Amino acid sequence: MIDALGYGIIAAALALAVWGYVAAALDRPPGRALFAGAWVVAGLVVVQALIAVARIIGGADVDVALFAGYILTAVVLEPAAVYLARLEPTRWGSVILASGGLVLAPLTLRLLQIWRLGDG
Amino acid sequence: MARRINVGPGRALLLVYAVFALSASVRAGYQLVTKFSEAPLAYLLSALAAAIYVVATVALARGGETARRVALVACSIELIGVLAVGALSYAQPEDFPDATVWSHFGQGYGFIPVVLPVLGLIWLVRAGRSTD
Repeated sequence: MIDALGYGIIAAALALAVWGYVAAALDRPPGRALFAGAWVVAGLVVVQALIAVARIIGGADVDVALFAGYILTAVVLEPAAVYLARLEPTRWGSVILASGGLVLAPLTLRLLQIWRLGDG
Repeated sequence: MARRINVGPGRALLLVYAVFALSASVRAGYQLVTKFSEAPLAYLLSALAAAIYVVATVALARGGETARRVALVACSIELIGVLAVGALSYAQPEDFPDATVWSHFGQGYGFIPVVLPVLGLIWLVRAGRSTD
């Protein structure tokens, strides 16, 4: 885990949440740009996961079982949100993408906390 | 004829419930296996919370009238659980030395755990009344 990337993911996830909820409030289904935003956030999470795995293999002191469970959840979250949003081409599709971002933010914060506990 | 619960708002709830089902199960499994004796009450509540999230997720995915009733029960237990554990974790912190997903009304998860069952119940009741 890289702290700066973690906070970047939290900021991007919250921005996605605001964007999605605004689109829903305007009664708009998710457009290409919103889906692209979700994929960008998904990509950042995968990069963070790969960095974490590399550091764990390199000997980083972290509670691997707990961390692995949470990072797996984080990695599948945005793709799952995109999948469900594609099934729902209504304003609720925008709510789905927004909710994915809203849940990813505290999840990423938990990941940063678990990572730091290991370091300490 | 009640509406199916696995469309529209139900799909948004399904996503959030699925994420909580997965992360709560991982956490509860980890706590029970590695350090059950440290805080048996808290960890058993973690496992209960995880089980309820899994039941609610499956019910929201299936979507029929039976599933709606199962989800209503799951969300009700969830709401009682998060309110009870949330209050107790403030009143008697010594009983909750380690956090559960419901501690402090889900503060560690952006208070989503206390909002989620309320949104779930609103959706399930509305879907049950709806005639389209």
